Amino acid sequence: MSGFAKPLKIALGLAVIAALIIVPMNFNRYGLFILSQWAVMSIAAMGLNLTLGYAGQVSLAQGAFVGIGAYAAAIMTTHGWPLPAAILVAIVLSFAIGWVLGYPALRVQHHYLAFVTLAFSTLAFLLFRNESWLTGGIYGISNIPRPHIFGIATNKPLPFYYVCLGSLAIVSLAVWWLIRSPWGRAFMALRENPLRAQSLGIDTRRYTLMAFAIGSALGGVAGALYAPLTQYIDPVPFNLSLSLDLLLMVIVGGAGFYFGPFLGAMIAVLLPEWLRFAEGYYLMLYAVAVMLLLIWSPTGILGILDRYLAERRTKAASALRAVAKSRLETVQ
Amino acid sequence: MSAVLEVTDIKKSFGGIHAVNGVSFDVREGEILGLIGPNGCGKSTLFNCILGQLTPTGGEVKLDGQVVTGLRPSELNKLGVSRTFQLLQVFPKLSVRENLILAGQEHQGNMASRLVGRSDAGLTEAANQMIGFFKLDHLADEPAGGLSYGQQKLLDAAMAFMGGPRLVLLDEPAGGVNPSMLADLKERLVAINREKNATFVVIEHNMEFVMSLCSRVMVMAEGKVLAMGRPDEVRKNPAVIEAYLGH
Repeated sequence: MSGFAKPLKIALGLAVIAALIIVPMNFNRYGLFILSQWAVMSIAAMGLNLTLGYAGQVSLAQGAFVGIGAYAAAIMTTHGWPLPAAILVAIVLSFAIGWVLGYPALRVQHHYLAFVTLAFSTLAFLLFRNESWLTGGIYGISNIPRPHIFGIATNKPLPFYYVCLGSLAIVSLAVWWLIRSPWGRAFMALRENPLRAQSLGIDTRRYTLMAFAIGSALGGVAGALYAPLTQYIDPVPFNLSLSLDLLLMVIVGGAGFYFGPFLGAMIAVLLPEWLRFAEGYYLMLYAVAVMLLLIWSPTGILGILDRYLAERRTKAASALRAVAKSRLETVQ
Repeated sequence: MSAVLEVTDIKKSFGGIHAVNGVSFDVREGEILGLIGPNGCGKSTLFNCILGQLTPTGGEVKLDGQVVTGLRPSELNKLGVSRTFQLLQVFPKLSVRENLILAGQEHQGNMASRLVGRSDAGLTEAANQMIGFFKLDHLADEPAGGLSYGQQKLLDAAMAFMGGPRLVLLDEPAGGVNPSMLADLKERLVAINREKNATFVVIEHNMEFVMSLCSRVMVMAEGKVLAMGRPDEVRKNPAVIEAYLGH
């Protein structure tokens, strides 16, 4: 996103944040639900973007971690625990399971790794469905309470939307910090050239496991917010198709770009709503739109912007060189 | 002079092929050791065995008298052993400065401090010095992928020095570099060798480069050591002329 002047970037960012706070105030119940869902899915997609986009480790299990977080929150809050405690448990649980799931990545890569994580995804779904003593099985868990934050009830859609938005803000800041830290650079090195990374002292094993664990933990956070958002969960939303949806969000938005997941989640959550006018055809239109985008720009929407800015930089640089050359010739 | 690196009877086989077949040598503190030999004689395989990229079939590697055989490449790097590869291995999307910071960051602090600490791991100053040393100043903020081949080769070498290594294994540093830049590279290597007291092992096919840079030269053929000695001795050795240098 470099290439824009810094004040312009800050102004744009503030405008978007203000709009996200103010505009939804007069949204109806459904609009707020969709927007809250966007915030929650953005968190999960940011996690996957860390694992896949930055560290280059393919995962088809992010939906399972959303499920793990959702069940942790649903079980705990229906037994009287406060939501922040449930979020903490969701984070610890998904981090630990994500860490363990990272071990296969030390041996297998790419589509082989995709299949390992796919198998895990299926396993998690079966656990949600079959262990009914814990998860309520196919009947799920209902009447999931929404929290009181600083004494304010968030039962109504608008306050709970702000809970989701606030959580998104915290996660965004944390991820921003992470990717600009030496860890972010190490993740990228792991993706681009693990052999060279090792020779520079980068412990690729530890960073691979960390990439899985942190990415999965964010899936858990998203799940822990999803449960009180819908107030009812059953195993179906957390099957493989959620993992594929999240993968689509990351790829369409632009894998390895900071703002990719926000855009990707917007398209995956909102575009089907906007295409409702097409009634029965909306899914077809959606599918065609995704195919066209990926043919045009395999690196996603932000890939288009990145290419444009890179082109502009190259042009500017060659113009500078031309000027320098002509000056040199005049001197001679 | 004490030995920084002692290699004893290293063997590496791939199926029935003995790529490295019982190689022993030592590298003395502060020297520049050249490693030459025909293509396929096992030079790079030997490097990979020493650096933990490959597990040797047999033999032992000692660093400062400590056995380091079987350590992972990242662990060896932390102990002060660095390397470059035969093919370019810079990170094309990162700027020149970012490449150098990446190359040094794992030598600063620990995992936790690298997460909560400064984004540049406190290395911007060191990176800028390295950039100045290799005369890449005007390219510091350019993505490494946009540099010429020779410039990338310089950056690649510079990256190997960011962690302040004691021992650097360079795999064909001169390959594909034009003559004027080659003189530059040699001058930089000699300076680092003297000022930072870094010990080098250099694989190279450019005879003029090797003979003028190195204090000793080891010649390999068919996975074995054919000769070892001062450049002028090696150059006259009949077996070496037969196997490699030609008449």
